[in-house]
Amino acid sequence: MNIHEYQAKDLLRARGAPVADGRAVLRAEDAKTAAAELDGPVWVVKAQIHAGGRGKGSFKEPDAGSDGGVRLTRSVEAAAIEARRMLGRTLVTHQTGPGGKQVNRIYIEQGANIDRELYLAVLLDRSSSRISLVCSTEGGMDIEEVARTEPDRIHSFTVDPTIGIQAFHGRRAAAALKLAGTQIRQCVKLISTLYRMCLELDTELIEINPLIVTRSGQLRCLDCKMAFDSNALYRNTAILTLRDESEEDPKELAASKFDLNYIALDGEIGCMVNGAGLAMATMDIIKLYGSEPANFLDVGGGATKEKVVEAFKIITTDSRVKGILVNIFGGIMRCDIIAGGIVDAVRDVGLRVPLVVRLEGTNVEQGKAIIEDSGLNVIAADDLGEAARKIVEAVS
Amino acid sequence: MAILVDSRTRVICQGFTGSQGTFHSEQSIAYGTRMVGGVTPGKGGQVHLDLPVFDTVHEAKAKTDADATVIYVPPPFAADAIMEAVDAGIELIVCITEGIPVLDMVGVKRMLQDSSSRLVGPNCPGVITPGACKIGIMPGHIHKKGTVGVISRSGTLTYEAVKQTSDVGLGQSTCVGIGGDPIKGTEHIDALELFMADCETESIIMIGEIGGGAEEDAAQFVKDEARRGRRKPIAGFVAGRTAPPGRRMGHAGAVISGGKGGAEDKIEAMRSAGFAIAESPATLGEAVLEAIGR
Repeated sequence: MNIHEYQAKDLLRARGAPVADGRAVLRAEDAKTAAAELDGPVWVVKAQIHAGGRGKGSFKEPDAGSDGGVRLTRSVEAAAIEARRMLGRTLVTHQTGPGGKQVNRIYIEQGANIDRELYLAVLLDRSSSRISLVCSTEGGMDIEEVARTEPDRIHSFTVDPTIGIQAFHGRRAAAALKLAGTQIRQCVKLISTLYRMCLELDTELIEINPLIVTRSGQLRCLDCKMAFDSNALYRNTAILTLRDESEEDPKELAASKFDLNYIALDGEIGCMVNGAGLAMATMDIIKLYGSEPANFLDVGGGATKEKVVEAFKIITTDSRVKGILVNIFGGIMRCDIIAGGIVDAVRDVGLRVPLVVRLEGTNVEQGKAIIEDSGLNVIAADDLGEAARKIVEAVS
Repeated sequence: MAILVDSRTRVICQGFTGSQGTFHSEQSIAYGTRMVGGVTPGKGGQVHLDLPVFDTVHEAKAKTDADATVIYVPPPFAADAIMEAVDAGIELIVCITEGIPVLDMVGVKRMLQDSSSRLVGPNCPGVITPGACKIGIMPGHIHKKGTVGVISRSGTLTYEAVKQTSDVGLGQSTCVGIGGDPIKGTEHIDALELFMADCETESIIMIGEIGGGAEEDAAQFVKDEARRGRRKPIAGFVAGRTAPPGRRMGHAGAVISGGKGGAEDKIEAMRSAGFAIAESPATLGEAVLEAIGR
């Protein structure tokens, strides 16, 4: 789960990390009051969306102005004007896709005098199975770009969980960031804070980019991205309240309420599959046969008839879907349950596109019989290759 | 022989009296697995499915001489259950539970480093040696005793590989579902090592997916082993060629992030190590035949 920059900074500030004073604004009429609470002489007005590259992005609507999603202003009034221009408008960045994202929240922050821009991240690292620290002197740019062009400017190391975070880890990071004097102590404190946050809140990633050194020699977190382990949200209920559902695809949101794993894609063939690996493989085989998948959908191992009906509804509400492929390899999940769900769903929501069903595994004969006896216009397939070929033929 | 489990493996179940533990233990017993008991804290002394229930894994191990355990404990308590099994010195720990916090697995993984236990999973279907021992949630009836070693990060895609290797007449020596989580006990490379050393395994199919670098590591391993003169026919498939970057595709570990973990890089690495690559999930069996030159 991701949160907004201003929410991440609130969490940092509460734990003593160096963050500038700022105010989140949801309505344009509140912007002026919010800005007036901050000291100048520079007010930074930042669009809050769950995507990176905001500064270099651009708005779809001309009246939002030609600047990106991060704007420097020199008065309270100017800050309020920029907030008004961005709110409700659509920001397109290299991470949003061409459709962009609507800006519903603005963060107004006190400006800073920047001497150096650095990169710092604390992440759960799968290759080492540990928490690792990533440091770079090349802050303020896309870290993937730095990794590609100047990999030796990125330093990373892991923390042994049995000893936990120590001051030397912070000094090691400070050296990698080429910090000196009192900045070293500031860095040790910040690294320790971030590591403890990771343990406390189950963050998958805390990325400070850039971490700046101000002209007066102070470290400050200028931007922050935080992602949380969704498996651990049960023990971080306060984080759950920071979820902004308007940032999520409405179909994905509806699916998550039914405990279905759904991801919207751009293609024309809707898929319903049991198991994440098989669901991905089903998308791949659709492409292999010359079409594109409209979604990823894993109904899971313990799907009920009701879940299958909901999954079917979500797929059929996508107007781009020209055909549906159901691919089930029954293990725990019995084919007759799936078949019953499909029949119910079709009776319930109707069927306006071709439907290919491939059933295999536990209770496959009963499942096939249910579909056959239903009299519905379903195209049966015996294996995955045949299923993919039939659905692609049916939509072309 | 096979790997990890055979007809002599003595298995206990943690979370034995819960609904999952009960259902799958029944299935395992019916398959012929030597289940010798179970653990549910607070229910020690009871009898469940005609087997003794213990309060702790230590006690279960002492009384039953178990060498394997299967874990169906809910996610908040699963890491603790794995660690208890490590602490009790159980050789093989299979954790089926999906949804364990990643941070919990950091601790588990550190503990495993200093132990002689092997963990398979979490978030996996389990391990089966057809006709001998089934530990986990896979449907036993689709398996057929044979010569292909199956390694997979995905449950249902493993079943697909099982069915297809059975259909082409080869069958399976052992199937290992290593699981879909980012931090797990057994990686592709570990299972490959075991299959390489197993005389009943004549060929191998490795099923990977997007996310991480485990498939690349495995490809490098196969290359290095071949250079040392140790090789077996090996086929491979990677799921997620059409997955968009930055999205978690169901499995916690299936995500392309930071430009890493994409399917094409994995396929290329595996191909260059001599894997017969199945372009389609419908041709897994054929890919194994291609690998063994039939």
